[in-house]
Amino acid sequence: MDPTALLLSRLQFAFTISFHIIFPAFTIGLAAWLTVLEAMHQYTGRPVYRTLFEFWLKIFGVAFGMGVVSGVVMAFQFGTNWSVLSKMSGPIQGPLLSYETFTAFMLEAGFFGILIFGRPRVPPWFYLFSTAMVALGTTLSAFWIMVNNSWMQVPTGYVLENGQFVPNDWAQIIFNRVVWVRFPHMLLASYLTGAFCVAATGAWYLLRRTYRAEAHVMLRMGLALAAVLLPVQLFIGHLVGDYVHDFQPAKFAAIEARWHDEQPASEVLIAIPDSSTESNKYAISIPVLGSIIGSMSLTSKEVGLISFPPQDRPPVAIPFFAFRIMVGCGFVMLGLAWFGSWLGLKHRLERSRLLLWGIFLSFPLPWIAILTGWYTAEVGRQPWTIYGVLRTADAVTPFLTASAALTSLILFVAVYAFIFSFGTYYIYRLLRAGPAGLGGKPLHVPVPNRPMSLADKMPAIAEAGE
Amino acid sequence: MVTYWVALLAISILIYLLLDGFDLGVGMLFGLAGSEARRQAMLRTIAPVWDGNETWLIVTGVIMWGAFPVVYSMLLSALYIPVVVMLLGLILRGVAFEFRGKASRSRWIWDVSFSAGSFAASFMQGVMVGALVEGLQFSNGEYVGGTFGWLTTFSVLCGIGLCFGYALLGACWLVRKCQDPVRHATRRQIPFLAVAVLAFLVVVFAHALIEHLPILRRWIERPYLLVFPLIGAGAAARLATSILHHDDYWPFNMVSLIFAAAFCTLALSFWPYMIPFVVTIDEAAAPHASLAFMFWGAGLFVFPLMLLYVAVGYRVFRGKAEPAADHY
Repeated sequence: MDPTALLLSRLQFAFTISFHIIFPAFTIGLAAWLTVLEAMHQYTGRPVYRTLFEFWLKIFGVAFGMGVVSGVVMAFQFGTNWSVLSKMSGPIQGPLLSYETFTAFMLEAGFFGILIFGRPRVPPWFYLFSTAMVALGTTLSAFWIMVNNSWMQVPTGYVLENGQFVPNDWAQIIFNRVVWVRFPHMLLASYLTGAFCVAATGAWYLLRRTYRAEAHVMLRMGLALAAVLLPVQLFIGHLVGDYVHDFQPAKFAAIEARWHDEQPASEVLIAIPDSSTESNKYAISIPVLGSIIGSMSLTSKEVGLISFPPQDRPPVAIPFFAFRIMVGCGFVMLGLAWFGSWLGLKHRLERSRLLLWGIFLSFPLPWIAILTGWYTAEVGRQPWTIYGVLRTADAVTPFLTASAALTSLILFVAVYAFIFSFGTYYIYRLLRAGPAGLGGKPLHVPVPNRPMSLADKMPAIAEAGE
Repeated sequence: MVTYWVALLAISILIYLLLDGFDLGVGMLFGLAGSEARRQAMLRTIAPVWDGNETWLIVTGVIMWGAFPVVYSMLLSALYIPVVVMLLGLILRGVAFEFRGKASRSRWIWDVSFSAGSFAASFMQGVMVGALVEGLQFSNGEYVGGTFGWLTTFSVLCGIGLCFGYALLGACWLVRKCQDPVRHATRRQIPFLAVAVLAFLVVVFAHALIEHLPILRRWIERPYLLVFPLIGAGAAARLATSILHHDDYWPFNMVSLIFAAAFCTLALSFWPYMIPFVVTIDEAAAPHASLAFMFWGAGLFVFPLMLLYVAVGYRVFRGKAEPAADHY
């Protein structure tokens, strides 16, 4: 095993998966929102819902496309760079990802075409059904991914035979309590991403004094959903912390930057953890709060990092800071959502330009929270790929050379940077143009047999012009 | 159980070859189209289905991982560079569908990336099949052939051959789905592509004879394998007459049949090996608990549903794609 190839493989996995998660996080929420809009339009007949649907569908299309292509990479990267892992855990992770592909990807892919191109060709109820199926597909995909990752965090329901993890209790693998707190945590994070993007777009239009009707609907629906979901999310986040406390004590100690066993334990609010001296610099801590957070007790003993052998300790700085950034984003979003909804109820939201600016600028927060949350989970799991059983260093393809790994990493970074900059630019242009970018008028009446992508704004080119 | 998953894997690979084959083929021919209107007409025939087509690649990948983890880990790690380049090609062509409609001045970038990405992905798939047929070097279940062990004259020939094959499939798809002038222009490309595919088959076969590839012995041991080349020859004859009669519908079916015959020939000459003469199906199979778990849900119930989605998708978008004239 080449240590450089190992490091490069880890960087490549971290890079490609971070890039990928940006899009599903957005489209899971957006697909649900599109289903609601289409249902509201068919139920109430109000054109504003249809306008919003067509508008967000275009953005969904771009984000979904980037999610799909960056997701294909993930299905193969386990084999290319992590051949030992994929051989050992294939009997468990392979079937789980098979279920993801079979139940989710095919559903999404099959109905996505109808969503984008099929409205003139299918009856309205079937169109609504297709929208709901795409939303269901994205949700199922998140579910299986969380089952898969949760098994890597807390492996269960298996025996080790002939160098492979052989499943002996699938119910335990799928229905354990770790999955059922982490899946809702991720799903709510995606809904919050969608909600904040929609609300931020509404705030942006109000600030620019355009599309007032649509902006109000977006702002109201986005903020209301976020205001309801955020407290639930914080509570579920606490439950996720509980599983880490119970099953991954070293990760928990790293998140808390707790070096020594303490009883009762204090909570480090902020500090600069220093692994070389096994202590924190500039620490601000609150006594006893650590025990309360960890064990809901005033007297519990909480374990510190030096209780673990050095080779079994995760890095401390990344989980510590990433976790605090995530929680910070959560509280800022909570404040914005509650304050905004309250002003909205009093019909003063449109005049509080400062708050509108705040909501507008908050659109990256859910993504930052999702990425830092995942960094906490994944970096905190180190040095293990499968917690406590298989080390990351032993999981990598043993004969992978540093030059091959470097080449692929450079190619991935270059191609992703290229498509990401264009993709975000196109989404920005769509958002900037707004719902009227649909060709000058809201699309109340379906145009029969219109085969082109809704997103294409270019003028018709007559075939006769050839 | 093992047999069921081998069958499903084979079916998935074949579906992938046929479905993504034609849209990768259209992607390569796209570069030859003379005008924006033609390019749009070509794109319109695959835009609603490409995502579903590509998903069959993931289906293939995860069945291999879940049911045959040994083969998944051995092959993907051995074919590191071709897999990475194929994935990058698929990324570049995939985003082009959504991006080129949003672009104005930069549209040419996505036209180039669409064609080049389609080409890179097709070529690398052919190279991987070629390397597998020719034989990769393994020792104790670990690849020992080096970073470029897959790169040989034979595998490169297979890569070029598959590009022509996909392009032929794509051309027949365009003839079926497009009106003139695209149909007319494409129809004239088909004889050239068909002859090129035939020529490559001859060259690849001759090369295999000269190199004494061990897989050729299978043809002597198993004479029934010759049925498939015969089916292929019959399909080629029907392809030729349907082209001469300016038939829009049959060429695609016939090229698909040729692909299916070629795939069956290869698959049955591998049997019972998954990686020829290195790993057999039974050695590669995951434990029973994994196969059974996949069988009782995904395999038995969801797989037929997946076929149904594909059928529904193609039924909704059946017939000729409408010309762009009625676009707002």
